[in-house]
Amino acid sequence: MNSDDIIQVRNLRKIYRVGKVEVPALRGVDLTVRRGEFLSIIGPSGSGKSTLFHIIGALTPPTSGEVRVADQDLSKMSDADRTRMRKRTVGFVFQKFNLLPNLTARDNIAIARFIAGLDPKPEPEFEEILKVLNIGHRLDHKPSELSGGEQQRVAIARAIVNHPAILLADEPTGNLDTENSAAVLQVLRDLNRRLGQTVLMITHNPEAAAYGDSIVHMRDGRIIDRI
Amino acid sequence: MTGKLVIENFKHKPMRSLLSILLIGVPVTLILCLVGLSYGMIEDTQTRQRSIGADILVRPKNSSYLTLNGAPIPQELVGLLARQPGIKMATGVVNIAAEGITLGAAGINFAEFNAMSGGFKFIEGGPFQRPDDVIIDDFYANQKKKKVGDTIKIHNVDWHVSGIIHSGMLAHIVMPIQTLQDKTEAVNKVSQIYLKVQPGVRVDDEIQALKKLPGFEDYPIFSMEEFAALLNIGNIPGLQPFIMVIMGIGVVIGFAVVCLSMYMAVLQRTREIGILKSLGGSKGFILQVILSEALLLGIGGSILGILMSYGAYWMIKTLVPASLPMVIVYRWWPIASGITLAGALLGSLYPGLTAAAHDPIEALAYE
Ligand SMILES: Nc1ncnc2c1ncn2[C@@H]1O[C@H](COP(=O)(O)OP(=O)(O)OP(=O)(O)O)[C@@H](O)[C@H]1O
Ligand SMILES: [Mg+2]
Repeated sequence: MNSDDIIQVRNLRKIYRVGKVEVPALRGVDLTVRRGEFLSIIGPSGSGKSTLFHIIGALTPPTSGEVRVADQDLSKMSDADRTRMRKRTVGFVFQKFNLLPNLTARDNIAIARFIAGLDPKPEPEFEEILKVLNIGHRLDHKPSELSGGEQQRVAIARAIVNHPAILLADEPTGNLDTENSAAVLQVLRDLNRRLGQTVLMITHNPEAAAYGDSIVHMRDGRIIDRI
Repeated sequence: MTGKLVIENFKHKPMRSLLSILLIGVPVTLILCLVGLSYGMIEDTQTRQRSIGADILVRPKNSSYLTLNGAPIPQELVGLLARQPGIKMATGVVNIAAEGITLGAAGINFAEFNAMSGGFKFIEGGPFQRPDDVIIDDFYANQKKKKVGDTIKIHNVDWHVSGIIHSGMLAHIVMPIQTLQDKTEAVNKVSQIYLKVQPGVRVDDEIQALKKLPGFEDYPIFSMEEFAALLNIGNIPGLQPFIMVIMGIGVVIGFAVVCLSMYMAVLQRTREIGILKSLGGSKGFILQVILSEALLLGIGGSILGILMSYGAYWMIKTLVPASLPMVIVYRWWPIASGITLAGALLGSLYPGLTAAAHDPIEALAYE
């Protein structure tokens, strides 16, 4: 075990129960991610990529196996522990942006800090990140007034405003055109290179996957290779 | 920050928010109007009693202090009482209900009544000239659009308006006692007798003396002060249970409106609740957001309810000032609002707990 490993997953299984039917989404996943790594995850639909993120991101408990994220054991966590974990340890970026539609971009970022128990106003250094994201001039607009690319960059700002140990991006470019996709991928790489932000990104696009330091390939609830 | 979220959510569906507030406000208005009318009737009665200038009131045998049935007291008792050593003057009055229970008419001996009360102040016209003359107050005149010389109909009898006085004296409608006795087949009978004591005589001592007079044992005799004190909400039979029922309805409406409104809001915002949860929002936080919004609706409803009670007050004052004496009772504002807020918070509990219990992944997948 290496203290530089921010994520350690051993023999992780997740079984969803739909009525009487058991759906095995993960069938024994082993994964180690180093601090500061940018990892891309690819695989066919239904292969368990999102499920893996949901478990690492403490949105749902594993059925069995060992999951450690930032030195915390997620397999033994209560619902309240997972809620606390989501406040500062993980940041999510989703395909559908998932901004609160009634709040401005600025308030969408502020509420993440508020929920984490921090002063809603980000630190002055955060200005730098807003520059990297190129959304500084759009902060007083509501999501409906922003382009998809802008919304996704606000979502990234929100995800990292509490300095999470890991940033989980589930198909962040899935709803974007080529140009906006490139901008978002560029931003993720910048955050990784400049700030050492650990990034895990699910994608269907091989070009997007190439932004990562390494690519994990999933199929049928298992990791079949890592390049 | 929670406040901002709540207010933005509120503004996002203004129609739903305002309708909820309106519905929550209705029972607040109902409670305030009911209480305002009760207090108004009591205050109105007290003012009218005080205006008479009497010290002592003799009421019919077996009468309650609230209701009068006809005119059962023989008129000769007025003279008998007037001749008592401690009594300076006495006058008998016949009371009838003119319209409903709140609008009364009284038959008086004009000379006696004038002497006791210090006289009517006429806005227009003057005392009775003819047996079928009637004096009305300005409230009644406004409500019925009548002026001096007009005819008014009370219990199918036509009366001729001889004068209009300021409201607050004895009754809205005053007529000669003899005519009223004839028309109501209560010849030589009165409804109650008002007495004024001689200077220097103590009212309580005089009442004790009157009670000892032969034949007066069974008559309720009150000092006017005592009688005024008997007129309060707690003494009106059935009023308190009625207010309770209306308050109960208020709680139920507040509860139902907020429950429905917030439940719809929670359904519409399933995804947003998922977002808050994915950011680490706890069950308590989600519940707090929902309860705060319900509280906002409740407070808005209370304020609107109070405003609407002023609307009702204004309408009563302009349209039926003689029939319904309403007052604004400030100390019932917190009671009516508290009841409504309690209903609102209870109503938001179920939607709030539903929202708090959402699974974040399912909520995020919600379309
Ligand atoms: N909440 C759930 N209840 C039941 N089954 C589920 C649930 N979530 C996912 N699954 C199932 O688990 C398997 C893995 O799903 P998952 O969403 O992780 O796949 P994915 O690799 O992210 O697919 P995609 O590329 O389409 O997003 C699928 O068979 C899916 O149907
Ligand atoms: Mg997926």
